[in-house]
Amino acid sequence: MKIAVCIRHVPTREWQPRVDDSGRALREQDASYEMNEPDAYALEEALRLREKHSGEVVVCTAGPSRAAQVLREALARGADRAIHVEDDRLVSISTDSFVVAGALADALRDERFDLLLTGLQSDDQGAAQTGVILAERLGLPHATIVMDVQVGDGALRVKRELEGGWFQWVALPLPALLTIQSGINQLRYATLKGIMAAKKKEIRKVTPASLAAPRLAIVTLDVPRKTKKTEIISGTPGDAATQLVRKLKEDARVLA
Amino acid sequence: MILVIAEQRQGTLHRASWEAVAAAHELAGEDAVEALVLGSRVSGAAAELSQAAVAAVHVVDHELLDPYTPDGYVEALMQAIGALKPTGVVLPHTYQARDFVPKLAARLDCPLIADCVGIVRGGKPAFRRQIFQGKLVAEVSPEGRFPYLVSIQIGAYRGDSAKRAAGAAPIKALNAVIDPSVIREKPEPPFREARQAVDLSQAERIVAVGRGIKGKEHIALAERLATVLGAQLAASRPICDNGWLPMERQIGSSGQTVAPKLYVALGISGAIQHVVGMKGARTIVAINKDPDAPIFDVADYGIIGDLFELVPAIISELEKA
Ligand SMILES: Cc1cc2nc3c(=O)[nH]c(=O)nc-3n(C[C@H](O)[C@H](O)[C@H](O)COP(=O)(O)OP(=O)(O)OC[C@H]3O[C@@H](n4cnc5c(N)ncnc54)[C@H](O)[C@@H]3O)c2cc1C
Ligand SMILES: Nc1ncnc2c1ncn2[C@@H]1O[C@H](COP(=O)(O)O)[C@@H](O)[C@H]1O
Repeated sequence: MKIAVCIRHVPTREWQPRVDDSGRALREQDASYEMNEPDAYALEEALRLREKHSGEVVVCTAGPSRAAQVLREALARGADRAIHVEDDRLVSISTDSFVVAGALADALRDERFDLLLTGLQSDDQGAAQTGVILAERLGLPHATIVMDVQVGDGALRVKRELEGGWFQWVALPLPALLTIQSGINQLRYATLKGIMAAKKKEIRKVTPASLAAPRLAIVTLDVPRKTKKTEIISGTPGDAATQLVRKLKEDARVLA
Repeated sequence: MILVIAEQRQGTLHRASWEAVAAAHELAGEDAVEALVLGSRVSGAAAELSQAAVAAVHVVDHELLDPYTPDGYVEALMQAIGALKPTGVVLPHTYQARDFVPKLAARLDCPLIADCVGIVRGGKPAFRRQIFQGKLVAEVSPEGRFPYLVSIQIGAYRGDSAKRAAGAAPIKALNAVIDPSVIREKPEPPFREARQAVDLSQAERIVAVGRGIKGKEHIALAERLATVLGAQLAASRPICDNGWLPMERQIGSSGQTVAPKLYVALGISGAIQHVVGMKGARTIVAINKDPDAPIFDVADYGIIGDLFELVPAIISELEKA
């Protein structure tokens, strides 16, 4: 099976985004980056499917040159080769899923993958769209929020997560695209041997001929407005603990 | 005209559909709002929807729309949107919407603003949505082609505040031609995993741990706090994904919904998918080292600090008493 995994390069969760003077862009100078979390699970699922059914795992990211970091990490975890759709605009906040999915579709179309995996949503944009739009651009069926993948003869049977603890199995023909939910498997991490082996693997660069026009425009960026009055308890850990316990007993009356 | 696409299951309207109606009223202002429901045998859902202050309820009733498939829904909606020509389309951001709306937007080649929490009306509409896991709010406007599609975060609008009309709105049948061969997905009936051993919905007190707990070996610390508080232990999704606690202890949109008297969130950032499962708690305590963590928006009491210093201090305070 020839499997593609789309991986987005995102600022780490600890990073506190700050808005620049334009009010429409971010100051990213102090950010460090990582693999988007569900995409790591998508990669792991692809590696497991390759172990079971043999074939090839190709990882792909669209973004500036620094985004190659997630490709090197994926190669170290066991992916066979990588495609880097290189353009500074491709992970910028003002670039929407249409633009990214269009660029990914152009880069991946001729490879004729049997299966494409993406994460269900990005930690930065949270658009939850890129995978599904990519499937449509490639003319493929899709399933979202997938928690189990079974491969049969030219077909898939996948377990989709529904709301509130419900699930559903769905069968679909190959080729297909799946958006993977975190927790579908247990992740493996790169070994020293994997890191060494990755140095010899190919990262093919693709420069998109043109990018689609964005369908969305950022008007402003802002920090969220507080809606509830939280009583902040301060002091040393010991003081804060004393105050909290007293308030829970006397004011909130939730402790005896 | 603003068109609300309602969601129904087995003919019963999903309550988030009313939230989408409320958002559509706000977006439309003086403009007309109409609603659409699709599926098979959905007259009950259509009748309920006709109580809303909408100019019409359109019904696409087709046997190939039950069960739901993204291919079937997109096929039917392309025809419905082509016939009704709305300027904007509003849907609730449910898991089903996540599954087919981006495909619909791609097929229409129209903008989709997903998971919105608010509307900014002016010359050109704009929508507020959370980015960076709720650390920032972006105001976004659709560009280019019509209609634009907007999905509304669950709970962002109150369904019971949606305007109702004195008389029922007219219900109009819309025809859709669906070739069975366009539907590639074959869904099986929804199911739940085997009955869960812990029912957190009945717990009076809950101590919930998030990724701030750092490692499996530290879960014991939270467990000690839970014991002295007489509380159940629960977790955010990543803790269960990592296998540090069983899935049945997960709180949130894909886990359990709880409403205890006391909910103590340790090292949980407060992502919306977590908050929907616990915001009904009477008293919420948040302990987080990040003063900007969104969990402080829903907390009654907050302590900004390191949980590894604070939790032992709280345990010894409780043991003193
Ligand atoms: C479709 C879908 C469904 C989902 N369903 C769920 C669900 O049901 N339940 C759920 O929980 N999530 C769910 N999620 C995931 C959700 O979006 C968040 O990713 C998740 O809730 C984050 O968990 P967290 O707060 O533990 O981790 P993080 O967001 O990483 O937050 C960790 C927090 O710990 C704090 N911290 C770190 N160290 C310390 C310290 N020493 N002391 C104090 N604080 C510290 C940090 O400041 C940070 O705020 C879902 C996501 C999707 C897309
Ligand atoms: N720039 C990118 N490069 C590669 N994959 C991406 C990129 N952006 C988004 N994706 C994929 O699309 C998924 C959903 O992203 P989003 O639509 O932004 O929520 C992610 O989990 C990735 O798998």
